[in-house]
Amino acid sequence: MGSASFSWNLVGDFQQMWSYPFMVNAFRAGATVAVVAAAVGWFVVLRRQTFAAHTLSVVAFPGAALATLAGFALSLGYFGFCVAAALALALLRRGREPGGSGESAAIGIVQAFLLACGYLFMALYKGLLEGPQTLLFGSFLGITTGQVTTLAMAGVAVLGVLAVIGRPLLFASVDPQVAAARGVPVRGLSVAFLVLLGAATAEAAQITGALLVFALMVLPAATAQVLTARPGLSLLLTVVLGFAATWAGLVAAWFWPYPLGFFVTTIAFALFLLAHGARLLSTALANRIASATIPAGAA
Amino acid sequence: MNPAAQAQQQDLLKVEPASPAASGAPVTPTTPVLCLCGAAARVGGRTLWSGVDLEVQAGEFVAVLGPNGVGKSTLVKVLLGTVPAAAGDIRVLGRRPGEAGHRVGYLPQRRSFDSDLRIRGIDIVRMGLDGDRWGVPLPWSRSRRAEQARVDEVIELVGASAYAHRPIGQCSGGEQQRLLIAQALVRRPEILLLDEPLDSLDLPNQSAVAALIGRICHQEGVAVVMVAHDVNPILHHLDRVVYIAEGGAVCGPPSEVINSETLTRLYRTPVEVLSTQDGRLVVVGQPEAPAVHTDRHTGREK
Repeated sequence: MGSASFSWNLVGDFQQMWSYPFMVNAFRAGATVAVVAAAVGWFVVLRRQTFAAHTLSVVAFPGAALATLAGFALSLGYFGFCVAAALALALLRRGREPGGSGESAAIGIVQAFLLACGYLFMALYKGLLEGPQTLLFGSFLGITTGQVTTLAMAGVAVLGVLAVIGRPLLFASVDPQVAAARGVPVRGLSVAFLVLLGAATAEAAQITGALLVFALMVLPAATAQVLTARPGLSLLLTVVLGFAATWAGLVAAWFWPYPLGFFVTTIAFALFLLAHGARLLSTALANRIASATIPAGAA
Repeated sequence: MNPAAQAQQQDLLKVEPASPAASGAPVTPTTPVLCLCGAAARVGGRTLWSGVDLEVQAGEFVAVLGPNGVGKSTLVKVLLGTVPAAAGDIRVLGRRPGEAGHRVGYLPQRRSFDSDLRIRGIDIVRMGLDGDRWGVPLPWSRSRRAEQARVDEVIELVGASAYAHRPIGQCSGGEQQRLLIAQALVRRPEILLLDEPLDSLDLPNQSAVAALIGRICHQEGVAVVMVAHDVNPILHHLDRVVYIAEGGAVCGPPSEVINSETLTRLYRTPVEVLSTQDGRLVVVGQPEAPAVHTDRHTGREK
């Protein structure tokens, strides 16, 4: 964009950006998407389903491409394809333990096939599209108020379902055998979670593009889980980190002429590295204190 | 072997549980918490065991013994209601298996948590209490505080307070096992079903965890049914053993079951039980069951 330079006067900066309605929409959509993707992503990281998440995000691309080709709403393409793919994955992994080695091949097959479909749809459309680049790497330009409403409604639905199934889902993710013995529907929750994941991915893909969904889905959750092992705090931290990375990315993309997806991913990745650094430092300090006290105690 | 001969064989093997209460007059008829009568289990078309009769009273410690693949874990799953019994009558707390809900605590066969799983031990214990409830818990409510107190209490009981706040993946095997026992105990079950809880623990930890289970059983009055590979760590805590062989089973006090005569009769092949100086038992010549291990480790029965 570069219509003005960044001035560290954040109030002034935000006032300037928010004087443009499309930027207001971008921030609104960004906030919705960041919160939803972070909350779902926290479970993805805990359940070690990042490959499934990646596949569903890739599926967003043929969904959007088909919507453009066939001329129906882009959101419909995203949500329809992602949720359908989520159900397909659930079908393929029936009877398997979550995270089992057998699932990756099936997921990979779905992923490759749908990516190829996306390419076909692009080719059929013959070019007059804003380009595959936007679908793959995201854009924050031209988000309409209608789109923001759709995102918000889908987001509220996903968060609502997640709030209801959250505790049993956590139990089933960490300790499936005991959860099943306690009457938790482990299989059903696994399918339900994949559908939620599909919906959340479809949301995030509309901002970050199909390939960079991970920036919002996995990085904040992985960062938070490095920092704390308390489930509640960790989940809250994930949402805060995702939100912060998205808004900071939007600010950066407004003031500097580089793509949004790059900024969001870089900020999230930097936070991840910082978190790891902080943890290494704290364990090193703890070891040092321990090794300093042991000889004294032994003597 | 024809069915008649098999039945005869099993009749020979049946050892009526010699409970001290049974000999006296029935002043207070204590109903057993667990009751199996002529129970059988079949997995994948193969009969694992049949004709199992067992009654367990509150506060009794019962070990389920036998060679690999004979269906020890399946017995626990039958009691849990996750595997249907092929025959016989089974009562768990006076109801059908699986209907007693949280009155039965369960510790499955060795689960290890990934070393990078970022969930604390106390959270794992807490899941045993309310992990199956839907919806969002209200923080700072009165019941929430009571639940927190119960979690702390049970962690204290198993002696895990020192490491309950560490991520579970960073706890040692013995520490994880204590936390998992706490998880199984947190709802004050009347029956505790343990599947090889001493598996893959080192010797000091084996005897410490065995002593812990014995204490819970006798002091808290919880009936314990524990699948074990090796009887020695738990031998002096035990009230009764169930020895399963291919086809049949025999149950009774340890000294009546784990001896050369009974096991020879059970396995229909010469088996010798040796006793070491410190009272440990060594079973020699015990055949291994056919290698059908699908009921072990995978947890998939159908």
